Amino acid sequence: MIFRVFLLLLMAGPLWAVEPGEILDDPVLESRARDISKGLRCLICRNESIDESDAGLARDLRLLVRERIVDGDSDEEVVAFVVERYGEYVLLNPRRNGINLALWAAPPILLLAGLAAAGVFVVRRRRSAWPDALTAPERARLAELMDE
Amino acid sequence: MIIEIGHFALILALAVACLQMVLPLVGAHRRWSAWMAVAEPAALMQAALLAVAFAALTYAFVTSDFSVRLVTANSHTLKPMIYKVSGVWGNHEGSMLLWCLILALFGALVALFGGNLPGGLRARVLGVQASVGVAFLSFLIFTSNPFIRLDVPPMNGRDLNPLLQDPGLAFHPPFLYLGYVGLSTSFSFAVAALIEGRVDAAWARWVRPWTLLAWLMLTVGIALGSWWAYYELGWGGFWFWDPVENASFMPWLVSVALLHSAAVVEKREALKSWTVLLAILAFGFSLIGAFIVRSGVLTSVHAFANDPERGVYLLAITGVFMGGALLLYSMRAGAIQSVGVFGTVSRESALVLNNVLLAVAALVVFIGTIWPLAAELVFARKVSVGPPFFEASFTPFFMALALILPIGAVMPWKRARLGRIVRAAWLAAVGAFGIAVFIWMIGTGRTILGPVGVFLGSWVILGAVADLWARTGREHSGRLRRAVRLPRADWGRVVAHAGLGITMIGISLLLAWEVEDIRIAREGETFSAGPYELTLDGVEEVQGPNYHSTMAEFRVVRDGRAVAVLRPERRIYPVAGIPTTEAAIDNGVFRDVYMVIGEPQDGGGWAVRTYIKPFANWIWSGAVIMGLGGALSLSDRRFRVAAGARRRAMQLVAR
Repeated sequence: MIFRVFLLLLMAGPLWAVEPGEILDDPVLESRARDISKGLRCLICRNESIDESDAGLARDLRLLVRERIVDGDSDEEVVAFVVERYGEYVLLNPRRNGINLALWAAPPILLLAGLAAAGVFVVRRRRSAWPDALTAPERARLAELMDE
Repeated sequence: MIIEIGHFALILALAVACLQMVLPLVGAHRRWSAWMAVAEPAALMQAALLAVAFAALTYAFVTSDFSVRLVTANSHTLKPMIYKVSGVWGNHEGSMLLWCLILALFGALVALFGGNLPGGLRARVLGVQASVGVAFLSFLIFTSNPFIRLDVPPMNGRDLNPLLQDPGLAFHPPFLYLGYVGLSTSFSFAVAALIEGRVDAAWARWVRPWTLLAWLMLTVGIALGSWWAYYELGWGGFWFWDPVENASFMPWLVSVALLHSAAVVEKREALKSWTVLLAILAFGFSLIGAFIVRSGVLTSVHAFANDPERGVYLLAITGVFMGGALLLYSMRAGAIQSVGVFGTVSRESALVLNNVLLAVAALVVFIGTIWPLAAELVFARKVSVGPPFFEASFTPFFMALALILPIGAVMPWKRARLGRIVRAAWLAAVGAFGIAVFIWMIGTGRTILGPVGVFLGSWVILGAVADLWARTGREHSGRLRRAVRLPRADWGRVVAHAGLGITMIGISLLLAWEVEDIRIAREGETFSAGPYELTLDGVEEVQGPNYHSTMAEFRVVRDGRAVAVLRPERRIYPVAGIPTTEAAIDNGVFRDVYMVIGEPQDGGGWAVRTYIKPFANWIWSGAVIMGLGGALSLSDRRFRVAAGARRRAMQLVAR
C-alpha cells in the first residue's frame, strides 16, 4: 500500500485499465479511488473489478467513484453510495454481516476442527503405539530364553 | 464419409464402455475369469474407437468441412493451421470428446501397465473406469454431439474466439483434462478397493503413480493457463480467483494431499481410509470443476460454451458418482484397518498436518466459490466473493504449509527427535532468514509481505537442499556419488518442493515490487518506468492472416544500453468482430518489461501502459520444476518394476 502511494508520487498516475484521461490530479485522491475501484465488481463483466475492466459501464463507475471522492466523500460513503445504487453484488469483498458471517468464519472454524480431529487421531495412534512393551509373562519368557 | 465413421466410432465406443462396465464387475463378483478378462480388450478397444472419432473431428477442422455444425461455429478457412487443430477442443463439444478420449486412454493405460495387478482388482478398476466413461459418452452423444451435420453448409465459418487463438491456450485444455481425467483412475482404484474391502501398501503403490501423473498434468495445465492470462489479458495478472480457476485449483490441492497421504499408506500402512476418501474427493472436485466450467452456472471469463440442460446432466453425473462412492465409503471404510503406529513427532504426523491444511484449504476455496450461488438460492442475497476473500482466507494456509514442509521432509518415519531435526534444518532456516533480510533492505519501507514470502520460499528451497543433504548421510567424502544413487523418488520430492519455493518467491516479489505506469505517449516521445527509458518509435497498421493489427514499436533502454524493442499490438478479428490486446513482453530472469498499447487519443498520441514485473517468470518456472519433480518421481524404478507389488500380491493371494 505504502509502496503504491510512493509510486503514485513518483510517476503521474500508475493505473490499470484506467484511461489516462480519467486520472485525478491529486495523487492521494487518485490512489483512494483506485483502491475503492479494485473492490467493486464490473457488473456486466465476468469476475473483473472495475479497475481492471475495459467495459464502458466500468468506466462510468470509475468516474462516479472519482466524482464522489472529489466532492469530499469518505471511502465508506463512496462504497455505500455505489452499493445503494447497484446492490451488494458489486462488492468483491463480501460484507461481514448476516449470513456472510458464516462464510468468513468458515476458514478458521474448519481449520480448528481439522486440527482437533488430526490431534485426536495422532494421540490415539501414539497410545496404541509400541504395544510391544512386554507383559510380565513375556518378560519372564524372555529372561528364560536369555539364560539359555 | 469420414465424419460418419467418426460418429459411428463414437457410438460404438459407448457400447463397448457399457460392456466394459458390466461384465468385469459382475465377473469379479462371481469370480468368472472369462467375464473379468473382457476388461482389458474392451479398454483398449474403447480408446481406439475414441481415437478414431477424435481423428475424424480433427480431419473436419483441418479441412474446414463446414457441413459439420461444430466446424462452422468455431473455425474459418483463414485461421492458421495450429488453431484449426486446437479449435477441435476450443469449444464445448470437442473438449468433451477430448475428455472422453483421455478417460479411455487412462483406462487403456491401466489395461496395458496393470499386468502386476491382482485379476479381481484390475477388472474392478477397469469396470469403474468404464462406468465414468459411459456417463460422459452418453452426455457427449445425447447433449453435445460434435458430429451433427448442417443441411446447408455455409461458405465459411464463424471463427474461433480470438482470445483462444494463442499457443498458450492451445495446449492449456489438453493438459488440464489429462489432470482432471487422470484423477478418475485414482477414483476407480479407490472404489475398486472399497468393493474388495482391501487397502494395503501395494494398493497405495499402484495408486500413487496414477495420481502423480494426473497431478503433474494438472500442474502444467494450471501453469499454462496462468501464463496465458498473464500475457494475453493485457494487465499482467496471473491469478484471479475466478470460479473456473478455482475449479482447477481444488482438485490440484486435493491431489497434492492424496499424493502425500498415499505415501503414508505405502510406507507405513496408516491413514488408509482417509486416503481412499481423498482419492474419491479429488475426482469429485474434477467433476465439480467440469460442472462449473461447462454449465456456466457461476459466470466467469471462461464460460464460452454454456447451457443449462448440459449443466443439469453434469450435476447429475457428479451427484451419482460422488453419492455412490461416498455411500460405499461409509459402508466399507470401517472395515479398512490401519496397522501402522507412530509417535506425535514423526513424519506421519507432519503429513497428517499437511493433509489437514491442504484439505481445509481446498474446502475454503470450494465454499468461497459456491457461496454466491448458495447465498442467492438459500438466503435470497445476491453477493460476490472476489479476490479479497480468497487472499485473506487462503494465504495463511499456504504460509503454514511452507513453514512445516522442510521440517516434515527431514523427519524420519515413526518417531523423530527434535534435536536431529534442528541439526538437519537450522542452516536452511538461517539462510532463508538472511535472504529475507536482504530483500527487506533493498526494498526499504515497502511491504512486509514481500520479505515474508521470500523467507518462506527460500526456506522451502533450502529445506529441500537440507533434505538432500540429510539423505546422503553424514560422511562428506562420496556424498556426490551417494546423491546420484538416491532413488529417483527422493530426487523428485526434492525437486518438486524446490519448485514450490521458486513459485512462492516469484509471487511474493511480483506483488511487492511491481512498477506500473499509464500515460499518453506521442510518437518520438521518451518516458521512464522504473529504471527503464522507453521511446515510442512509431505506430503502424499490419495485416495478419485473419486479423488487422495496430502495432506500436517501443525502444527500451536502461542506463544508456539498448535492452529490447517491444511491439505491443491491438488486433481486430473481423470475422468474430472481437478486438484483443497483444502485450509485448521482454522476458528476463529477474524482471519482465510488459507493454500494452491502448486507444489513440483525441489530442494525438496513444494510451500506453507499461509494467515492470519483477520475478514474474519464477511463478511458472516453479510450476514447471514441480512438474519435473513429479516426472522424476514417476520414473522411479519402484513404480516401473513394481517388483515389491507383485510379491505382495502373491502373499495376499496365498493368505
